[in-house]
Amino acid sequence: MASKPRVTKAYTLGFAAAVTMVCSILLASAATLLKERQDQNIQLDIKYNILSVLGLVESKDVEAQTIFDLYDNKVKTFVVDIEGNKVNDRKAEEIDPKAEPDLLPVYARQDGEVITAYCIPTQGKALWSTVKGYIALEQDLNTVKGITFYSHGETPGLGGEIDKEWFTTAFKGKTILNKAGEIVSVEIVKGKMRSDEKNSEHKVDGISGATLTTKGLNEFIKSTLEKYEPFFKTRRGGTS
Amino acid sequence: MSLLSKKNMVFLKDPLMDNNPISTQVLGICSALAVTVQLQTAIVMSIAVISVISISNVLISLIRNKVPSNIRIIIELAIIASLVILVDQVLKAFLYDISKQLSVFVGLIITNCIVLGRAEAFALQNKPWPSFLDGVGNGLGYSMILIVVAFGRELLGSGTLFGFQVVPDAAYAAGYQNMGLMVLAPGAFILLGLIIWVQRTITGTVAE
Repeated sequence: MASKPRVTKAYTLGFAAAVTMVCSILLASAATLLKERQDQNIQLDIKYNILSVLGLVESKDVEAQTIFDLYDNKVKTFVVDIEGNKVNDRKAEEIDPKAEPDLLPVYARQDGEVITAYCIPTQGKALWSTVKGYIALEQDLNTVKGITFYSHGETPGLGGEIDKEWFTTAFKGKTILNKAGEIVSVEIVKGKMRSDEKNSEHKVDGISGATLTTKGLNEFIKSTLEKYEPFFKTRRGGTS
Repeated sequence: MSLLSKKNMVFLKDPLMDNNPISTQVLGICSALAVTVQLQTAIVMSIAVISVISISNVLISLIRNKVPSNIRIIIELAIIASLVILVDQVLKAFLYDISKQLSVFVGLIITNCIVLGRAEAFALQNKPWPSFLDGVGNGLGYSMILIVVAFGRELLGSGTLFGFQVVPDAAYAAGYQNMGLMVLAPGAFILLGLIIWVQRTITGTVAE
């Protein structure tokens, strides 16, 4: 190797400090510069997910502007509390589920004047991470219209499969209420469902190698649905 | 000495075939398995790895005579990690969907042995320009394998290339089925094994 620097402790420390400084300045400035674009992407992704569970967009091959327009025109957002009453002075987008667990945002699909589907956010702990997603219910507030998970840190290929289409499409058409009208949620079973599985209208196939992830999902999906149930009851009463 | 002299070109070409980081040195296998289900992600990953290796090689080579050797690995890792985070941030800002698909694997470039390996084995002893070529060469060697594997996996596993369907509907109607194995990790292992076999037959390399 070429000329060796004199290695005193002070030199080593100074060198490490200098490199660390340069690296952190570089990263901090990059993060600040790119923040706006990244936030925009995250917003777009969230809106896309809401639209897709509500059945308003089919694929990701649409312009960003189309997504914003559709969201503004077709989605009516409001906030309810855990007793099912509307909270008028709050916006659904502003609710932080951690800080205000008793305020529940609702994203409703409006076709003309009629609300044809409801989308609610759901999140909770799975195996490694907090999973965030949306569930959409049909007008009857019983049939699942769609489900999506847009943010998670589960193992790719195992728990990470929850954001794949093959997994989420299985929820479509399942129902969350039993015959007595109580919330039973949709349960992800361990492994595949047997052909003679009881109550298969409330169950979907699991992911092998991801039992703990799906267990977490089962818990928080059910608790989300239970939280919204008082609100759902007020809406169901009107239609049936 | 001209910039692209024969001697320098060796640094660029050698890792493509005779000294390929994946197929000869068998490094970086983990990410090669993970991101090769589709061509698109494989190519973005390749570009990310090429940029990280070449830039880190140049930077490390620039400071090679100043680095106190007792903390050199820490310094190398600090530089590599910063570059990887930078790449990750850029992907999140400009290619959000692909960055979501690549998930943790962009961050895991930090632990890709090829990057640290080249820094230790080459950049610390050589001038910036040869180090740059060595970085690009190794990056390309890695990319080449990644893209070949991804081509095979996407074609056989999903019947598509770059997301476009290439296997005609008639073939499916006649009973052709996508090979589910190719979508899973073992598919990548099998393809990699075949590539290594073919390559070693051509170059005549025998494992030590």
